[in-house]
Amino acid sequence: MRSLGTGDYLFLLLAMRWTIVLSVGAFVFGGLIGAAVALARISSVRALRWLAIGYIRLLQGTPLLLQLFLVFFGGDLLGFGLGPYLSAILGLSLNAGAFLGEIWRGALQAVPVGQTEAARALGLGYRARMVRVVGPQALRIAIPPTVGFLVNLVKSTSLAAIIGFVELTRAGQMLNNATFRPFTIFGIVAVLYFLLCWPLTIVSRRLERRMSVAHKR
Amino acid sequence: MSYGFDFSSVLPFWPDLLSGLYLTVVMTVFATVFGLVAGIAVATARRSRVKSVSLPAGIYVETLRNTPFIVQLFFLYFGLASIGIHLSAVVISIIAMVLNVGAYTGEIIRAGLDSIPAGQLEAAECLGLSSTKIFFYVSLIPAIENVYPALTSQFVLMMLMTSVTSQISTEELSGAAYNIQSTTFRAMEVYITIAVIYVLIAFALKLLFVGLGRLLFRRKRALRNLSRVRLAGTQAVAG
Repeated sequence: MRSLGTGDYLFLLLAMRWTIVLSVGAFVFGGLIGAAVALARISSVRALRWLAIGYIRLLQGTPLLLQLFLVFFGGDLLGFGLGPYLSAILGLSLNAGAFLGEIWRGALQAVPVGQTEAARALGLGYRARMVRVVGPQALRIAIPPTVGFLVNLVKSTSLAAIIGFVELTRAGQMLNNATFRPFTIFGIVAVLYFLLCWPLTIVSRRLERRMSVAHKR
Repeated sequence: MSYGFDFSSVLPFWPDLLSGLYLTVVMTVFATVFGLVAGIAVATARRSRVKSVSLPAGIYVETLRNTPFIVQLFFLYFGLASIGIHLSAVVISIIAMVLNVGAYTGEIIRAGLDSIPAGQLEAAECLGLSSTKIFFYVSLIPAIENVYPALTSQFVLMMLMTSVTSQISTEELSGAAYNIQSTTFRAMEVYITIAVIYVLIAFALKLLFVGLGRLLFRRKRALRNLSRVRLAGTQAVAG
């Protein structure tokens, strides 16, 4: 059993980079999936709606841990081993897509129907309606809950540790195995996560408050 | 791309899955009941005018909500072991879950308590109700009623969170699945099987909460029926 040195603290700090990379990657790809899910969910085609609902039910009804295992082992067994890095990004993106899809569907549906009807009356097609009329208005509504979800996303990247992705949690685990100073190590790990998440929490709360004031007016 | 699925190799292990399912359910029930109590305590503390009560509650909520559950779990499990306290993984898991979910339900219930109009509390005081009665019947129960959907979806998320406790060797559903796949090498089959079980538990839990809500919040139903009757009345007059 060895003691903790400066190098170890640096190791944790550097591992935090991977937590950030994972969060950003999952948000970008999850956002693409989420946008598709949200649009499918409010589509006029029934099959698309059902497909989106099924996707959401499945991914919100099973633990993320299990989804990561399925992507990780599943890829291997089906002959395209993704390795822990790609598996983690893929698994987290699929999961984030379901949650973002639900958030954004709510935002799209919060835009008054009159807006769509007016746009249609003006002869705007589906794409123009979404991009120029409904989209921008929904975006304003969607921002506070999306930032709130980012906190969850950053925290959920910690589960990538279980399939061997060396991010903050896994680095903490490895360090703890070597030195067995759990309170110090996981305390530092927790503080680092807190530093990532708390600013987002504050921003989302502030945005939400501003939104609710705007609505009262 | 030529993987042959073989669920029959998982079948003999159904007793392990069943006991895993049982543990998942037990942990969920414990964490729900105590998490609700913790949430009520936290919400009340955060609304307190006494700074030395509201501040620690605020710090607790912010800390637990802004760090991952798995880190909290490791902190408790390895931390307690390092100072010589050896509790079973299941007990530590339940403690960690209650602490974690208490922070979330605390915030939800606080929002509910904030939504009760001050006039309602003043009216109850004027009617001479005791302060415990006011707290329960005028404040707390209507507050929970107002935030019931948010509260129950938090508990469903918590049920899914039990899977993380397999990382400290709790043999709930995911832990059992892990053990099975390490003896059969049939990871996909096992994980697909428990995925289906999780979806079913989540669905059953939601149904249970809807039923419980109907049972507990009769007042809301009565009010809804009343307005329906009124609506019908006005329509009859108008027609």
